[in-house]
Amino acid sequence: MTVAENNVATAAEAVIPAASRAERFTGYDVEAFEVPGGREENWRFTPMKRLRGLHNGTAVADGAVTVDVDATTDVKVEVVGREDERLGIAGAPSDRVSAQAYSSFTEATVVTVPADTKPEKSTLVRVTGPGEGKTAYGHLQLRVEAFGNASIVLDHVGSGTYADNVEFVVGEGAKLTVVSVQDWADDAVHVSEQHLWLGKDATLKHTVVTLGGDLVRVSPTARFAEAGGDVEMLGLYFADAGQHQEHRLFVDHAVPHCRSNVMYKGALQGDGARSVWIGDVLIRAAAEATETYELNRNLVLTEGARADSVPNLEIETGEIEGAGHASATGRFDDEQLFYLQSRGIAEDQARRLVVRGFFHEILMKIDVPEVRERLEAAIEAELEAIETETATA
Amino acid sequence: MATLEIKDLHASVTTDEGAKEILKGVNLTVNSGEIHAIMGPNGSGKSTLSYAIAGHPKYHVTSGEVLLDGENVLEMSVDERARAGLFLAMQYPVEVPGVSMSNFLRTAATAVRGDAPKLRHWVKEVKDEMTKLEISGEFADRSVNEGFSGGEKKRHEILQMALLKPKFAVLDETDSGLDVDALRVVSQSVNEVAEATDIGVMLITHYTRILKHIQPDVVHVFAGGKIVESGGKDLADDLEENGYVKYIGKPEPAKL
Repeated sequence: MTVAENNVATAAEAVIPAASRAERFTGYDVEAFEVPGGREENWRFTPMKRLRGLHNGTAVADGAVTVDVDATTDVKVEVVGREDERLGIAGAPSDRVSAQAYSSFTEATVVTVPADTKPEKSTLVRVTGPGEGKTAYGHLQLRVEAFGNASIVLDHVGSGTYADNVEFVVGEGAKLTVVSVQDWADDAVHVSEQHLWLGKDATLKHTVVTLGGDLVRVSPTARFAEAGGDVEMLGLYFADAGQHQEHRLFVDHAVPHCRSNVMYKGALQGDGARSVWIGDVLIRAAAEATETYELNRNLVLTEGARADSVPNLEIETGEIEGAGHASATGRFDDEQLFYLQSRGIAEDQARRLVVRGFFHEILMKIDVPEVRERLEAAIEAELEAIETETATA
Repeated sequence: MATLEIKDLHASVTTDEGAKEILKGVNLTVNSGEIHAIMGPNGSGKSTLSYAIAGHPKYHVTSGEVLLDGENVLEMSVDERARAGLFLAMQYPVEVPGVSMSNFLRTAATAVRGDAPKLRHWVKEVKDEMTKLEISGEFADRSVNEGFSGGEKKRHEILQMALLKPKFAVLDETDSGLDVDALRVVSQSVNEVAEATDIGVMLITHYTRILKHIQPDVVHVFAGGKIVESGGKDLADDLEENGYVKYIGKPEPAKL
């Protein structure tokens, strides 16, 4: 891949942040957070005006999302009030919008896969936005109890402005594969903090797919309650003209013998297409024998698109198995295009092959077949959009 | 019977100091069934010639013509040239991550032949050619050229040539990086394609060693961006003996 050029910001080196990620304030009450102005580390890449007031208290809930769950009978689905004691255990909000969502939701959906249970098919949780011009706050908790094994698709569709917290609680020895798809309509603004909580020897494969929306900011935070946890965090995004897609990851290694593996890949096309990827990994002094790796790759397909990529790796103990990171942002590789064309393959088809190839590694890891097929189709549709743009340009 | 004519071809490459002329009036005619060895020292512009014919965007043809049966190749896009019957076996084949070799080969064959080859025949055809080139079957599932050794990449270039059956092939330093066994296998495949089809070949090389396996009909010496001498096998023998000294004014051997 070619080296980044002027409209491509990139961080090839992992930077040691000015303030440790361990010191980031968290809390459930929105009033405990200052209203961000946009220059804070946490907000510096986000276009604040496009948040429609989610960050400063002016976005009043005047709508609600619809949550539909399609699950087998062995999966328990509940709608609970704020007082439910299970809520919030996976982690506290780490920014004001998440805290606003936590302070504002009126009911939460809790989906539980009981202990020692393996549902026969994936559970589908579909969140439909409040509608154009409407604002909503929400809360979801997806639980897999001890030694359960489940696959959940969390699908976001529709219009409107929405902030929420999603908790993934994976009990001792349990396995969860989850895919969160942000397939919003063009007008949608979605700010989501996703709290990943892993019990002893738990395994979580968490995949984020962001395709639609005007502004989508997803912040997955992974925490290990006890030793032996294994989290794989995958992401795939495709930003079109005018779209802002931001993914802020934090993996907090605070206990020994846990593993994390992060791989996010994005493609951007069109004027004002914007992606931000932040990968914070903290290995605390107690987290001996940690093994972690994070990777972000961006493919800039046209002029006028911009990708930012910032890996941050903080290591407080030398007693680890391994820690690594890689980040690269490149333009479309003309050498690859030339090679394919020199074998008779027409330019548009050659481009499609290269982009498909770029995402192949991630797609192969998505082991929910219906989601993978849908994503392949979505990528094809995005690629056809480029050709139309190129043809009319 | 087809003809590839290169007429007074000038080409330049853009550098930090501006455009630099590399090809300075190349004239060459290759007919179907002929093998032309184009031998030159380092930096003589041999690879530029191959890239200019294939249409690499980095090289700009400033004047001259390349005609394939009278059709101006230079007005065609890179893929149109390939579909018209030109093939370039590259010195440094490009890696395309995530695209399997089998998908790539079939996509290319479909593009060049105009129709998707029938699956059953195609699988056998690919397998046969891979066997001849001593390429293991697992390569079909690997990404194009990714993690291949130099020799594996070269074998796959010749595999593509054998499958795409071009009218003319430019083999750009196909011999470099090949050990003695690989050189024999690759040369044998080139010879088989040459016998089975009526292909015309431009064999670009620095060294005479591949000429022990592939017999050229004509040998050209390429120096200073053009062909400076042409002859038969004896010219290759002379290069083997004396190197390029008389063309560039300093000693540079043509044999390893």
